[in-house]
Amino acid sequence: MLVFYKITLFLKLIGREFKAQKLRMALTILAITWGTISITLLMAFSVGIERQMAKATAGFGKGIVVMWPGSTSIPYQGLPQGRRVVFRPEDRDLILERVAGIDQLSGEYLRWGIGIEYGKKTVNKLVSGVYPEFGEMRAHYPQQGGRFIDKVDFDVKRRVVFMGSKVAEELFGKEDPVGKMIMINNIPFTVIGVLIKKMQDSSYHGPDEDYVVIPASTFVMIFGDPYFDDIVYTLKPNVDSKAVEQDLFRVMGAKYRFDPKDSHTLWFWDLIEQAEMSRKVFLGINIFMWFIGGMTLVIAGVGVANIMYVAIRERTREIGTKMALGAQKRIIILQFMTEAMFIALVGGMIGIVASLAVTRIFWLIPMEGAMEFLGKPLVNWPVAISTVATLSVIGFLAGFFPARKAASINPVEALRYE
Amino acid sequence: MTNNGCLISMKDIKKVYKSGKVHVEALRGVSLDVGRGEFLAIIGPSGSGKSTLMNIMGCLDMPSSGSYDLDGHPVADMGIHQLASIRNRKIGFIFQSFNLLAYATTFENVELPLIFAGKPGAFRKQKVMECLSRVGLADWAEHKPTELSGGQMQRVAIARALANDPDIILADEPTGNLDSKSGSEIIDLFEELNRAGRSVVTITHDMTIAARCHRIIKIMDGVIEMESRNGHNKNVSISA
Repeated sequence: MLVFYKITLFLKLIGREFKAQKLRMALTILAITWGTISITLLMAFSVGIERQMAKATAGFGKGIVVMWPGSTSIPYQGLPQGRRVVFRPEDRDLILERVAGIDQLSGEYLRWGIGIEYGKKTVNKLVSGVYPEFGEMRAHYPQQGGRFIDKVDFDVKRRVVFMGSKVAEELFGKEDPVGKMIMINNIPFTVIGVLIKKMQDSSYHGPDEDYVVIPASTFVMIFGDPYFDDIVYTLKPNVDSKAVEQDLFRVMGAKYRFDPKDSHTLWFWDLIEQAEMSRKVFLGINIFMWFIGGMTLVIAGVGVANIMYVAIRERTREIGTKMALGAQKRIIILQFMTEAMFIALVGGMIGIVASLAVTRIFWLIPMEGAMEFLGKPLVNWPVAISTVATLSVIGFLAGFFPARKAASINPVEALRYE
Repeated sequence: MTNNGCLISMKDIKKVYKSGKVHVEALRGVSLDVGRGEFLAIIGPSGSGKSTLMNIMGCLDMPSSGSYDLDGHPVADMGIHQLASIRNRKIGFIFQSFNLLAYATTFENVELPLIFAGKPGAFRKQKVMECLSRVGLADWAEHKPTELSGGQMQRVAIARALANDPDIILADEPTGNLDSKSGSEIIDLFEELNRAGRSVVTITHDMTIAARCHRIIKIMDGVIEMESRNGHNKNVSISA
């Protein structure tokens, strides 16, 4: 009871002084709020960008390798250099059989500038012929109500088409394309699906939203292409992509009679390697962000320490008066400490709430172009809380030592302080 | 009780200030007794050591040597906690520059020593109003010090000094910042408090004020140079 009663007294004392020192309190709270916002937002955007980059990579296809045919650059077994290498449809089975590290594989046939009509509208787009596995490998996911090309489509050479979202928009506007008939190269096709809207950070024949996909078998039937334009494959787990490339040089070299060491015969674009690279780049960015965050924390800390220190020095006379009136040393120190903690907590909370608000506002703004890569900033709670804690401790220490010093000297010295 | 029942009993008090290599002897051996119900004036030129003596008397400062018994208890034996308690309950200190908390109201300023003493709210309220009535400022309870005149501010400080019913009022030039009329009113208050049984010790430069006290001590160069009682001077040998 007595303890409770002493606490209420004590709070009354503090409440009174809070009222009196509005400006100083506001400034200190602002310093802590600002520090918290800076660091929390810095880290929130860092998380947002990282996620968005991961999403963009996933939009193109996670862990895929694209292989193109080249030409020989050295003579081999009596054959001259400069011979073109080609990928034939049957190479798909050969590679799957001989290269153990490959999980899924799709050849890709390409034809640019093909006329696609719906009603009175005509557009000229790239048409790609692929295997059913292509959908999953290259993240060609259908919007609701549609589907990607499946094995039956491929086997019976159906005239079905999976459209890029931009192509669908150009031809159909707001109309639902699924189930509609369109003409590709004057041959009727049924639309079976439209690509979801997705972020894509790289491409090798234009963005996925801007072309249409049909079964490889149907493509060959219509256009008669004898060779794949490229091959896309994924690896089995824990397989070294360099070793798989060596295997491909060996297998294809044996079939098409080129030197497996002739690096000009096959070209690879290794997204696994690229993902590893961008992971490292982002690690670097992250370290940099942490460094800046740390620096900001130091600056905010110095600001808080400075205000607390000056505030207590300014109030040394007041401390002297209170001691002359019989205040115990511990009540004086406790008062300043409570004040510092209160300031830190209020400042920190405002900072965190403001950061949350800013991140939510960013979620609402439609982002385009480079801004799209800001993504959705996410408040990192451990960072936010440890920022507030650090600033609180700094404020606490900066308040504690001068308060203790002022309360430890003779009251007369504190009173004499100007 | 270790003495003759005096409230304050000081023997051979010395105070040396060290500032760098220079040692300044502010008090060079002062012995002084203040009885209960006494009204004492301390006079002397600036730098004579009278404020130092008063600060030691008020337990705001400690002597370098000598003994000081307050109400029979040696101050030198007291810890920081006990000293705070003594300042809170036994001594009412009044400063030349009032030292009111500018941000607190008159009421809150007077309430402060009661809060430090841990008195309950209802008691505090009653006591504060009683003290403010005593100094004639009951109507000014909710005003800030900045809204008061100098004389009023010093009366608030006196009300504050009275809050815990101290045995002794110590005033360091209480009228130094006041005009003569306000100053006179402050001394009127002191006389009234003294008649009610409290000991009052005041430093002053003003001889008309000193003349109204029972006893006058003149400090010069850190020693008591002269002591007079009821207007009859009597030379006091410098304590050795």
